[in-house]
Amino acid sequence: MKKFSMKKLFSFLFNRKHSNMTISYGIVVLMYLIIEVLIKTNNLSYLLTSLLVPTCCYIIVALALNLVVGFSGDLSLGHAAFMGIGAFVGSAISNYVYSLVPNIALRVIVAILAGSIISGIFGYLISIPVLKLSGDYLAIVTLAFCQIVKSLLNNIYLGFDDSGIHFSFINQNFTLDGGKMLINGPVGSTGNTKFSNFTVAIIMVLFTLFIVFNLINSKYGRAIKASRDNKIAASSIGIDVIKAKTLCFVVSSILAGGAGALYALNYTTLSVAKFDFNLSIMILVYVVLGGLGNIPGTIVATTILVLLPELLRSLSDYRMIAYALVLIMIMLISNNETIKNSFNSLIGIFKRKDQNNA
Amino acid sequence: MLFLTYLINGISLGSVYAIIALGYTMVYGIAKMLNFAHGDVIMIGAYIIFFMIYKFNLPILLSIIISILICLLLGIIIERLAYKPLRKASSLSVLITAIGVSYLLQNLAQLFWTSSNKIFPNIISNGSFSFGSISISYLTIITILVCLLIMLVLTLFVNKTKIGMAMRAVSEDKDAARLMGINVDRTISITFAIGSGLAAIASALFCAAYPAVYPTLGSMPGIKAFTAAVFGGIGSIPGALVGGIMLGIIETLSKAYISTQLSDAIVFAILIIVLLIKPTGLLGRKVNEKV
Repeated sequence: MKKFSMKKLFSFLFNRKHSNMTISYGIVVLMYLIIEVLIKTNNLSYLLTSLLVPTCCYIIVALALNLVVGFSGDLSLGHAAFMGIGAFVGSAISNYVYSLVPNIALRVIVAILAGSIISGIFGYLISIPVLKLSGDYLAIVTLAFCQIVKSLLNNIYLGFDDSGIHFSFINQNFTLDGGKMLINGPVGSTGNTKFSNFTVAIIMVLFTLFIVFNLINSKYGRAIKASRDNKIAASSIGIDVIKAKTLCFVVSSILAGGAGALYALNYTTLSVAKFDFNLSIMILVYVVLGGLGNIPGTIVATTILVLLPELLRSLSDYRMIAYALVLIMIMLISNNETIKNSFNSLIGIFKRKDQNNA
Repeated sequence: MLFLTYLINGISLGSVYAIIALGYTMVYGIAKMLNFAHGDVIMIGAYIIFFMIYKFNLPILLSIIISILICLLLGIIIERLAYKPLRKASSLSVLITAIGVSYLLQNLAQLFWTSSNKIFPNIISNGSFSFGSISISYLTIITILVCLLIMLVLTLFVNKTKIGMAMRAVSEDKDAARLMGINVDRTISITFAIGSGLAAIASALFCAAYPAVYPTLGSMPGIKAFTAAVFGGIGSIPGALVGGIMLGIIETLSKAYISTQLSDAIVFAILIIVLLIKPTGLLGRKVNEKV
């Protein structure tokens, strides 16, 4: 048997390739443990408890968006739409199979899978026009996609009863004989059974991390990063830029859809208005503050920013103003030349120390 | 003849979008940034007109002029405090800052003026002209005329004056413009001021048509106008006019003939199709990529 060496394990976990992975998984597991302890000892307020699953959903969507914005270098303003598609497909499926599948765990898995797959299909379809463009034009098409999905979802009437599934568009032209409305136009989906399980949410986050790291460290991930850094150079060495970017976009939309389904299951009511342009922007803010292409940063930034408005609750009316000011200040400070330089020289000191040790 | 009425109403709505789109397109052309707070300047402009008329009992035209001046100042202040320190930062940092400014303005408005709707005063009399079977309200005509006037003045300003020439130079190449002795920072400030002043005019016209003032008033016309700017080719002034009016016509006609609820979806679907055929918008310049 190979001798187990702490040093070897340590150098494996924290070498250049793996340190990001170790830190990311570490943060998530640590957060989970801390929160479980807080729950067990009754130290977590009701409000914070109710935010646990949504926070995990936002982390997943932010990681998904970071794939597109950070690794593929394309600004997407449409991830709220993928989340919305995932949410409504997830909640509809979960309601539809309610009596067929009594096992709640299985039902949740089916709902999340369905949400992911449908969202992935839409992701592929929209990636065809989106990835032909670049820069701000690409951003506006994803924004347009978000608006289209929102107004289509607002007009879908879907329900089922003993005689089968009923569907109509724009106006509800059927009446249900018993049964249940799955999507009720602008009202959305109501009267759902709430399933909120922090452990499942954390497992989803870990699974997302697994997919993201496997993608970006693979051959395809290197192709994606090369296409981001220089499209022309990448295609000149035989990388199919569009294919690489499409792969990234579709994986991202699948993950966002899954997060949407998980999000939907956490609430008894779900309205379309939630998944608008502002949500896309909010997720983009998480990604940019966490750092483009920075996975652990995204997790930390999302957690802090989701909880920040709640932590600022003592400021009551001023909390959203404080939130806006924090956003602006972070951007101004992190881009300030003098602060940047002094920060870099500080990092420089540590780096030199590392080299001396080696 | 109903079609003609819809068409003219569409052009009128499109004129408002065009005026707002000008603010986006000029700022984008010169500072290469999407000013997401632009829609909220419209909201502030609407509130100022509202208070000038109801609280201070000022005449309508004077209220609008005061609103234009305050928005102009607001534009300069926002640019100086939030965007100027980020001149060299990545475009995403600037975007997030703009979003921060937008949140800030919305929430300040909510704090000071509450989120309840305020009914915008009737600033243009309700009458209408009738040509045969078509009747067109004064508001529609005034909106279209104001838009055309603004376009004319702005085109002359950009092409004939020294500041206009400086603006074109800065949008072409900032560093070269600086070497030619152009004060780049001042030029950018002036651009923001003009854009924000136009937003105040747009707010008067928009609220005359949809008379309700509330803190998130600016976001929807903001997004639509942004779309219009891209539609016509962002950075191009005639593009903003063409994009705005096209958008207004498509929106009004799809509301009239297809479905009110789906008009947004139709507008944005057409945008996607246009960008697929002309990837830099209708009147945008194609920039060749070099290694």
